[in-house]
Formats: sequence, structure tokens, C-alpha cells
Amino acid sequence: MDHMERHFVLESDVELTKADFTSDQMVKWCPGCGDHAILSSLLNVFPKTHHRKENICMVSGIGCSSRIPYYVDTYGFHSIHGRACAIASGVKIANPSLSVWINMGDGDSMAIGGNHLIHIVRRNLDVNITIFNNEIYGLTKGQYSPTTKFGQITKTSPYGTIDYPFNPAELIMGAQGTFYARALDVNPKLTTDIMLQAAEHYGTSVVEVLQNCVIFNDKAHAAITDREVRDEKTILLEHGKPMIFGKNRDKGIRFNGTKLEVVKLGENGITEKDLLVHDETTEDTGIHMMLARMKGDMPVAVGVIRSVKKKVYTQMFEEQMAEVKASSKYKCVDDLLNSGDTWEV
Amino acid sequence: MSNNQVIKKDDLVVRFAGDSGDGMQLSGTLFSDASALTGNDIATFPDYPAEIRAPHNTIAGVSGFQVHVGTHIYSSGDKCDILVAMNPASFKSNLKWAKKGATIIVDIDTFTDEAIEKAGYTSNPFTDELMLAYTIVQAPISSFTKKIGQEKGVDNKTADKCRNMFALGIIFYLTHKTLDHTFAYLERKFAKKPALIDLNKAVLTEGYEYADKLELIHSKIVEVAHADMPKGRYRNITGNVATAWGLLAAAERAGLNLFLGSYPITPATDVMIELAKHKALGARVFQAEDEIAGICSAIGASYAGALACTSTSGPGLSLKSEALGLAVMTELPLVVVDVQRGGPSTGLPTKTEQSDLNQALFGRNGEAPCIVVAASSSANCFYWAYNAAKLALEHMTPVILLTDGYLGNGTQLFRIPKVADLPAINPPIAKANDPDYMPYRRNPETFVRQWAIPGTEGLRHRVGGLEKEDGKGSVSTDPENHKKMVFNRQEKVNRVANCIPEQEVMGNVDADLLVIGWGGTAGALTLAVEEMNNEGKKVAYTHFNYISPLPKNTEDILKKYKKIVVCELNNGQFVNYLRMNYPQYPMQQYNKVMGLPFEVSELKEMFNKILGE
Repeated sequence: MDHMERHFVLESDVELTKADFTSDQMVKWCPGCGDHAILSSLLNVFPKTHHRKENICMVSGIGCSSRIPYYVDTYGFHSIHGRACAIASGVKIANPSLSVWINMGDGDSMAIGGNHLIHIVRRNLDVNITIFNNEIYGLTKGQYSPTTKFGQITKTSPYGTIDYPFNPAELIMGAQGTFYARALDVNPKLTTDIMLQAAEHYGTSVVEVLQNCVIFNDKAHAAITDREVRDEKTILLEHGKPMIFGKNRDKGIRFNGTKLEVVKLGENGITEKDLLVHDETTEDTGIHMMLARMKGDMPVAVGVIRSVKKKVYTQMFEEQMAEVKASSKYKCVDDLLNSGDTWEV
Repeated sequence: MSNNQVIKKDDLVVRFAGDSGDGMQLSGTLFSDASALTGNDIATFPDYPAEIRAPHNTIAGVSGFQVHVGTHIYSSGDKCDILVAMNPASFKSNLKWAKKGATIIVDIDTFTDEAIEKAGYTSNPFTDELMLAYTIVQAPISSFTKKIGQEKGVDNKTADKCRNMFALGIIFYLTHKTLDHTFAYLERKFAKKPALIDLNKAVLTEGYEYADKLELIHSKIVEVAHADMPKGRYRNITGNVATAWGLLAAAERAGLNLFLGSYPITPATDVMIELAKHKALGARVFQAEDEIAGICSAIGASYAGALACTSTSGPGLSLKSEALGLAVMTELPLVVVDVQRGGPSTGLPTKTEQSDLNQALFGRNGEAPCIVVAASSSANCFYWAYNAAKLALEHMTPVILLTDGYLGNGTQLFRIPKVADLPAINPPIAKANDPDYMPYRRNPETFVRQWAIPGTEGLRHRVGGLEKEDGKGSVSTDPENHKKMVFNRQEKVNRVANCIPEQEVMGNVDADLLVIGWGGTAGALTLAVEEMNNEGKKVAYTHFNYISPLPKNTEDILKKYKKIVVCELNNGQFVNYLRMNYPQYPMQQYNKVMGLPFEVSELKEMFNKILGE
């Protein structure tokens, strides 16, 4: 067993299905909300992780997406706004055998909960984070969030926002994240594939799902996710494969000096060999950051952009405890109470 | 030690003061350790500045350490019998803590014109008036120490660091003690640097011999009688360490992992520092990114089945308020240790106060009752931390344990218990596959719900901050259900009163005057009441450790006394809480908000005034 492997494998001894993980609670999201598709992807992933239902703990904060624990038949904690990562850290450290899943919206994770997000990522706890990014506050009915596009008119920005938005990927990589992927609610198969890879990643995995809020920010991602434009406006990055996209798979990405550029295969003698080949395992965040930043004239990157191995907090925690325990002169609290200078009266 | 007359006393207060780098905390600790090991009861209190190293020789940089030794010690004492002042600034700022007639030892070499001016004097500090009022020993500590350093072949800087040993040598002479214990300490401490053992021993001995030759103080030698303490094994302990150990003992006794999620904050950090050392005993300490993450990680750990705690001080407790409400709502066990300091806002971080009571009782949105308890001595922080954990685990609720900077940093003798002799802790852990399990089903006696720990077969459930349906625990906005759940959560805390001992009255129970205190003021109040009764005045005294809920017989006590005075280090938070609960009983109040503990003398003066009214 190499040191990167999990300490605890508590597998289910029977094959479970999506239905096994579906709770008896009525799902109360708006019809057409992107959250339905994300929930479905999660429910598809759980049986494939081979965990017992009791071994999974869902942790969320506050927001539409944070209702998820009620809809999954596992252990779950629907906590308070912004604090899902902090609560999940305690769950995981206290009970490392649990498979911990954190679900947050963009406001929950990057405004009120921004501090906890960057710190859980920095520590690389073995947890799985899904960020439902609809670029708006939905549950409070339509105020701009930290990811709302610059200049957008919302309830609290009637003349357009003057806040520059976060790109979640930059936060994650800036915090030395070991796994970052981007998925689309309109592509459940892709989302499921990515979530399974996230589940298999040992360390903090972050999956940002571009999700639509039909009521307060409809078509927020339409410019890249609509069926007619999706192939031209997005590129699926796959480890070890050249970066090709387009309906006819005739476009690619290459380096030009210090910048990325889109090139057309066959034009000016450009072949597949000239294209960048995706390496999700590069330790340096530079290229992953550049890929995650692509927009406008460049296609938006989806898929697993970064997946690197780094020793995991929870494992080091256990190892340190075991090491200290083995060498300590204190075997019980009585030993401690009677240590050092003591005297009999 | 010649044939000098030795004065026998029951107690003695020694105060060590100097510049922040002068090693006064160490001198004080070594003196108190030696006293304890030679059979005295002790209590100590460090009085240090918020700045780590304020400018040299300034008042802001003065660091103090007071030691109270005696036969029967409740507190670190009011004013001192002996003062050590290592420079003009510490002399100036500590003179007010010296009793009239006190023996004061100064390092006269530090009283240069420049240092005297820096301390804020405009003329010679040693006025004739002062020289008459006190026994002032102007010892050339720096030059003696430097000379020994030169003889031993060490540089001046190294030698200078031993000045505190010279002063300590004088103190040992003055208190009729030998140097053995400190020699043993030096041998342990510098085991790998024999040259330093030699140097420190030489300076300590020189200080002792200097005192032996100084006739001025030969009539001032005091021997404190041995303490008459219950049999047992003893040690010296600070309140913060005692708190940490109490939590460790509770986790071990309950058979649970201990989790502490905390963020550094004065004066509570030592609780985290102590627990971080004890991974071997299963302490899972998580230094969180902020106060909120501290408590939230603890709530997560509690959900996951640990004895979960967070330690903080006033401003940190404010930040934890919302999450504390979540712990109330989810009915999870949680211990919140608040080592109170002077407030509001950043306030007086290194000074003591009892002004977080209101926020502990009321500082949350909604109807959000918690158990609130308070420790009342540095040593009993151990038992109150243990008890807080027991209450949290057995009643499935957050418990706020109030200590304070005075208790947390102060030391006392601690009679070491056996963990097996501590009361059992039985958390209501739900059994796997229990077909009747429901997250919010309650014990009809205690109103306590069961704890279903993730990973357990057949008990999958969700908790959260939204109102829950009684029993089943699904989200509910039903008005009648909300009313019922608000009642349930309050009733659960109220019924804790059935499980706690009755409030006791001490002193003269038949007196007209009842003195009430709570938390960290017990030392000064106990002594003040004891002295009053010894002087023939009649005073009764009751001290509260259980704050919410109050002991069931509280009203029976209040109604017995004509006059009641509630004493606390705030503007009247506990007296107003009592007035709210028992409006029919008039109560006076005595308050102090100076960042300082009560002095026995001020309390007695006030009691006498009330008795005379």
C-alpha cells in the first residue's frame, strides 16, 4: 500500500443502486433548476464508490443547493451559511473513515464561506466539494454573487455590478488545490464522470458545476452551454490527449509565446502534433490556471483540469497520532496528571 | 543563616516585577514551586503586558508575577509583603501593590538617570518619605552578576540574563528557604549546558549570601507555616492547563475521541497549546482558520461522534454566536470554553473580567438556551471542564464554561485525582439498527435526544439549522411544531437542574447579609467573608458555579436574607440575571471593571458599609 492510499476502506458488501441512495424526501427545487441534474449525477456516483450508505456524510451550508443532504439517504448535515467546509473538516478529522461530501453554492462557498473554502483546499483534507455555480443568490431571490458577471443587473445592482467576479478555479489553485474540475449541469454524463474521478481523488477535490437558475439568472451560462454553441465554446480536457474541440473537432489549443491560442487544424500546416497535450498531473499550477481562465475568444475548459498527488491532511493527522502514541510515556490521563513535579502530603 | 530572629506568619505575598525580558515570570514560578515543595499552599498570578517586548525600561514593558504562599491560600493575594523591582519602571508601577512597610528589593544599578527619566520620574525616586515607609534594599544586582560572569568566563549578555537568580537568592533568604529545589531545577533545565548550571547556581548563591550580610533586612525574615492540606498527591497547575486536562479526562472516561477546534486568542490559547501536546492521549486538535471555523469544526466533530470542544475568549465567543445556535438547534454535545478578558471589543486582552456572562446566556438569535457553568479557582477548572463535558454529553446540548484570565493564567495547588474516581459519563448513544430510532425522539424524563453517530448501521438521518419536526426530525415550518420544539429545547436545559447539586451557603448562615459571587472571584470573596466572621461580623456567602440552569434551591436561599449583595467583575450582569429570575428579592450590587481581581480589603470595607446601613 503506498502512502497515498486511503487508510480506511469500508466497502458495501452488496451492490447498491441510485435508488438506494435516494431519500424519501420530496425534492423542492424549481422545475428546470440545474440542481436536479447535479443531484442525479451524485446519486449515480455513490453506488460506484462502493461505500456503505452509512459511511457517507453529506455536509452543506445554506442556499438552494445546500438542501441536497435531505435528498440523499445517507448521514447528512445541513448547516449554516458559509460554514460547510469548517463543519466537514470536523466530521472528517473526528471520524476519518467517513466519505465526506460538501455541497455549496457560489455565494455560500466564495462570499460568506470564502475563508473556509481556501483553507480546506490548502490543507488537502480528503473530502469532495461540489460548487453549484449559478452566478446569483437564488434562495434570497436574485442578488449578485461573487461570480456574477461584471456589469450585470441584479436586484442589488440595478445599475450593473461594479464587482469583479471570482473565477473559482483561480481560488482553488491559488490555495494549492490538488483537484479541480469543471462540469456542466446540461451534460449529466460528463458531470457524473467528473464526480467519479473527484471521488477517487485522494485529497480535497473541487468540482465546479456551471448551473442554471431558471428563475433569477436564467441562461447565465447559455452562451457556452446551449446545445448549438456548446461544442464551439467549450473544450473537454482529457489527461494525455491533445486539446481539440469544435463540432467538427477541427480546432485546437497551442502555446504562442506566453499565451494560449486557438488554431485551426489543417490551416497553415497545423497538425495535432502542434497542439498542447493535457497533463492534469503537472504540479505547477501555471498551465492549469491558464486553461481554467479561458473564455471569450477561447473555449471554456471543462473536465478535470488539475489532479495532483500530495500528502493528505487527514492521513498525516493519523500518522502523527500513531507515532506520538507509540513513543509517548503517557498511556492514560492518570500518567499525565502524575507527571512532572508532584509530591505527597 | 546566622541567628537572626525569624518571624512566623500564616501567609506572605511576594511580587516579582521587572522589564519584560528580565525573567520575572521564571523567578516567580521557581519561588512558588520551591514553596509548594516545602509544604506551603500557594496561588500565583502573572501580570504581564499585552506587548511581547515593549520598549526597554518603559512602564508599558513591565511584567509582574505575584506569589501568595501560606497555610491556607484562596487567591494570589492583594498587596505584597515583599516586592522585587528590577528597574525604575517596575518600581514606579508596582509600588502601589506593596503593603506599607513592605520589603522592597531593587537593582540599584539600573537606576541610571536615563532609565529613571524613562520611567517618568522627574526627581530621585527614593525620597526620604519612601525610605521611611518601606525597607528598601538597593542591591547592586547587575554589577554583582556581571562580576560573577567575568569570573566564570561568560560574556556580559549571558551573565545579565541571570540577574533574576540574584534577586531570587535574596528572596529565598528572606523567606527562610534553602536553595535546593532551585538547584535541582537548574540541573534539569541546563543538563546539556553545565556551564550555565554553574553560573546560575553561583549567582543564586551570591544573592543569598548578599542578603545574609545585609543587616538591614535581618529583622524581616519570615517563615510561613506549613499548610494543613488533605492527604494526597499534589502538583502546581494553571487554570488553562487544568481545563485542558479536565477535557482529556472526560473524553477518556466517556470512551470518546477528544476534538478541539480553536483559534489562538489571549488568554485562552494555552488550552489549545496544552491539548496539542497530547496526541498520545487521543487529543485531536485542529487549529482552525478563524473562530467560526473553530466552533464549526467542533460541531462537525460532535456530529461525527467526538467529545467536541472549542476554546476562546470574549471576542471569539461573539464570532461563534451563530454556530452556537446551530449546536442548540441540532442538539449536539459541545463544550465552549470562554476564558474571559476585559472587553468590549479587543478591550484588555491580558486582564481579567467577568463581562461575558450576558453573551453566554443570551448572545444568540432565537430562543437558544445553553447550559452555562463557571469555574471558581485555577485548580477547579479541571473539575468544571470535566463537568461541562459530562453535562454536554449526557444532555446533548452545548455547554459554555466560563473561566477568566485570572483563573486561566494563575496557578494553585491541585490534589491529583484518579480518573477512575471521577463520576461516570454516559452519553445517550443510539444503538445500531434500532427500529425505533428517530433523530428527535426524547427521553421523557430529561428531554434528551439520542446521538446517532455517522457510520452506524441503520441510523441514517439528517440534522441541520432549520426547525425540525418533533420526533422524526424532518424540516418543519408548522407553527404548533415550532412552539413545541422551542419548549422542548428550553425544558431540556431546565431539567438539568434535576441533575445538579443544591447551592450551598458558607460563612455564617444565620447572618443578615448574604454575599453572592460567581466564577473566578471565589478566592477573594471567601477570604473576605472568613475574615469578617473571624472579626465577629455576621456574613453568609454563596458562590455560584451553575449559572444556567440555576440550582433549584436558589430562591430558598435568597428569601432567607434581609440584605443581599452580588459581587462581580462587570457592571452587574449576574445580579440582573438573578433580578430577572427572582424579582421579588431586592439585591445590592458591587462591581469592579478595572481588569483586576477583587481585593479582600475593598470587599470587607464594602461589607462593613452595608452592615452599618
